[in-house]
Amino acid sequence: MAEAAGDAHAGDESTRRDFIFIAAGSAAAVGAAATIWPFINQMNPAADTRALSTTEVDLSAVELGQQIKVMWQGKPVFVRHRTAEEIAAAQRDDFANLKDPQADADRLIQEDGQAGQPEWIVLQASCTHLGCVPTFAEGSAFGGWFCPCHGSDYDTSGRIRRGPAPRNLDIAPYVFTGPTAIRIG
Amino acid sequence: MLRALTAAAAVFVLGAGVAFAAGKAEHPHDHAFSFDSPVGSYDMAAVQRGFQVYQQVCASCHSMDHLSYRHLGEQGGPFAAYMVRSHDTGEMEMVVRRPEHGGTFVDVTENPWVRQIASEQTITAVDPNSGQLTDRPGRISDRFRRPFPNEIAARASNGGAYPVDLSVITSARHGGADYIYALLTGYTGESQGLLYENPYFPGHLIAMPPPLGEGVVPYTDPNTPQTVEQYAADVTHFLQWAADPHMEERKRLGIVVLGFLLVLTALLYFAYKQVWRNESH
Amino acid sequence: MSGPSTYEPKTAFTRWLDRRLPIVRLGYDSFVAYPTPRNLNYWWTFGAMLSLCLVVQIITGVVLAMHYVPHIDMAFASVQRIERDVPFGWLIQNMHAVGASMFFLAVYIHMFRGLYYGSYKAPRELLWILGCVIYLLMVATAFLGYTLPWGQMSFWGATVITNLLGALPLIGEPIKNWLMGGFSVDQPTLNRFFSLHYLLPFVIAGVVALHVWALHEAGQNNPAGVDVKSKADTVPFTPHATMKDLFAMGLFLILFATFIFYMPDALGHADNFIPANPLQTPPEIVPEWYLLPFYAILRAIDFNIGPIDSKLGGVLAMFAAIGVLFILPWLDTSRVRSMRYRPIARQFFLIFVVVCIFLGWCGGQNPGNILAKAGPFSATLEWVEGGTVSQAPIQAAGESQWQEAADTAEAAAREQGATMTAVNRTGASTGSLRTVAGGAVQSRVVTAETVDALETAIGAAKVEVGQAAPFFTVERRLPPTFTVTNLSQVLTLYYFLFFLVILPLLGLREKPGRVPDTIAKPVIDGKAQGAS
Repeated sequence: MAEAAGDAHAGDESTRRDFIFIAAGSAAAVGAAATIWPFINQMNPAADTRALSTTEVDLSAVELGQQIKVMWQGKPVFVRHRTAEEIAAAQRDDFANLKDPQADADRLIQEDGQAGQPEWIVLQASCTHLGCVPTFAEGSAFGGWFCPCHGSDYDTSGRIRRGPAPRNLDIAPYVFTGPTAIRIG
Repeated sequence: MLRALTAAAAVFVLGAGVAFAAGKAEHPHDHAFSFDSPVGSYDMAAVQRGFQVYQQVCASCHSMDHLSYRHLGEQGGPFAAYMVRSHDTGEMEMVVRRPEHGGTFVDVTENPWVRQIASEQTITAVDPNSGQLTDRPGRISDRFRRPFPNEIAARASNGGAYPVDLSVITSARHGGADYIYALLTGYTGESQGLLYENPYFPGHLIAMPPPLGEGVVPYTDPNTPQTVEQYAADVTHFLQWAADPHMEERKRLGIVVLGFLLVLTALLYFAYKQVWRNESH
Repeated sequence: MSGPSTYEPKTAFTRWLDRRLPIVRLGYDSFVAYPTPRNLNYWWTFGAMLSLCLVVQIITGVVLAMHYVPHIDMAFASVQRIERDVPFGWLIQNMHAVGASMFFLAVYIHMFRGLYYGSYKAPRELLWILGCVIYLLMVATAFLGYTLPWGQMSFWGATVITNLLGALPLIGEPIKNWLMGGFSVDQPTLNRFFSLHYLLPFVIAGVVALHVWALHEAGQNNPAGVDVKSKADTVPFTPHATMKDLFAMGLFLILFATFIFYMPDALGHADNFIPANPLQTPPEIVPEWYLLPFYAILRAIDFNIGPIDSKLGGVLAMFAAIGVLFILPWLDTSRVRSMRYRPIARQFFLIFVVVCIFLGWCGGQNPGNILAKAGPFSATLEWVEGGTVSQAPIQAAGESQWQEAADTAEAAAREQGATMTAVNRTGASTGSLRTVAGGAVQSRVVTAETVDALETAIGAAKVEVGQAAPFFTVERRLPPTFTVTNLSQVLTLYYFLFFLVILPLLGLREKPGRVPDTIAKPVIDGKAQGAS
């Protein structure tokens, strides 16, 4: 819009005008930005989902050499009762050439920082490659888990030994609540 | 003439009596609650006591299916916990009330009070090892324990009447909290068979026996009277919170939004005037 | 009207784009340079408000659909979960529910504005009809959406409305079952209602595009109702109309936010917080406030019209009330658009607005409520105190002779000195006559405010007299009353008279006021007067 060029107050006028437009525009922009937040945040896990974050597991029925699969946060978790041979194999390989070096004992540490028990290992049952569920022993050259999707091979401590997976199987945060009971999460 | 008048009077009285028995519910009078006004909030001590009344009295018949124990400890809930710095020791400590200022909200999964409340409940659920229905202590993610497994069982145990779910009861009744309070305190003491007279209930006869009595719920706070009126006010307060748990957040955000919109609209008005200042219209 | 495009791309990219997809040009011509009559008042800002409402409803609706479960066992609980557990779910749910009401508030103002300023007249007939289509789609969408929370009102509202279709002869029942996907409102109904509720807003958006297209082809009407004749009559849409719309939108949002944050349930119904129960109908079923006028018209037809029964009549009247809007451009015969210059039509219009508001009021009332009556309801009871009672059978020759036989027996008893007689029919042609001889005739008058109360009072009086009377004769006097239904009938009559009789006749007979030659003229004249 053209302003009258000869107007003595043209300068003041246009400053005032600009101020109002800029103020109104900024306020509207702030309002729009603030309005967007609830619409983004609503897709985050809802309160009921977040509260389902703990799972209690009774281990008394799990025989030596067996493992159970429990659900935690909608995902499977392996709780394995390891045999003496498995424990020995895991500890022996602490110093092997590992892609993601970690000692077996460190992988047993509970959520509260206490040391775990070598017989029990609690792993998130999703391959760190693309999330498939590995199977125990079948096809594994290291006596541990083998992922059928793309051939990632994990040892008896759940460490990645061969294949495309970049990291060891994640440890699920757990604590012993009794001699044969744990709480995950 | 006199005869006609007395006859008319008799008819009127009888008519009124009959109308009372069959007619409309009495309008609940206004009870002053702290959440009434547009800026009103919940009295969390009353909500806590109301929860106690619900647990010890109402919960034996009435479910609250849409609430879980964790709701008690979420932000805006009666048992929400906060970390605050103690005035005496200067140490951080966890408290179960809303601090007047400061304080960090403690996630409900870490809230010992809510864990305690949940674990005191016996929940019947499928045991993951045996696949059988077994009893176990409640968890915070459990829904409020249902007194009856289904409506048929509920009716069978209550002489055919169904104790309604109380999750949203103050929203689901005309008059809201005032109605609930009036109903709980409105029993006349008369009964007809298995029905109890209550002028606030449509039809004036309700299958629910007077649920509250002097001293039936022991309060720990010695300053709170243990009367029917106090119990009724507290449990109503709790039910209002249960139906509208985000009310405080809603009202707070409302002030911000309305304030912002007033400023924005004023700016838009000046901008509009500015645009049109040289145009006749 | 749009004239040649004045858009000139300034940069190399916009020139490149303009050759291939002139979308910037379209936007510029439609919402920037577009010439707008300079005399538009605030009633013209509701088009912008409606666009805002549609956008808000679609965005919040898409979000709610991420959390809502269209299953009869889970729908109610999923809405509760949205309100309690989903982050900001309570806010978004309130926005969607209140948004529906705001949408209708805005559309009614928009429609009344079009009606008053003659925005439906040539060359804007199609523009008006497209608007009516949008309104119809809005009603359908709102109805479908109201079913989804699966509360008592949802369920019974859906039941009642689908039953309306059952009123159609022959095809009604099959159509009803086709729509419900069963023989009652149930899982298939909820599932398809959810699907359609998701679909229709996008159909609305499509028709809105046509509506806006037609608007830009015909040009905006204006309060004077005269055509734009020169550039002096217009201002560019942006910034003039845009700023005014934005300011009005600010005011609208304040009202919107007040409801969202402080009265989220004020426009809803408490019964919809009770989960749907197919075994029990709530004591009163009412639609949301914005459909109450049509609900009143539906219920106003409580009488059969020749072969059309009252149910079908009501349904037809209700649909006709919307249907008549579609032919309005050809019903109004006046050559003057704006009622500003039609003093008589303006009076009728104001009455029409009041009638619509009162129809809405009637729709929310119990139809049997008595608004006025010629006098109190009363009854006279007569009985005999003392005397001896006797009973004799009556045997008529046949059914057709019954009345005659009874009258003869009664007359005979009276002749023999009976104080009171009563006939009791027990079969087609048999009965008994009870007579009282001697004693004194007593009588009593009872009055009451309603028919039910009168019956109660009669019963009470009988109980009170009790054993003293062998039997009673009761004569009831029920003076004529004026109920909510009667009021609805009067209002409905005016509704249709306004469109079908008043507008066509008035347009031919009314002498309009002096219409200004151009839009600019009264504006400038007004300024001159103001200055002097």
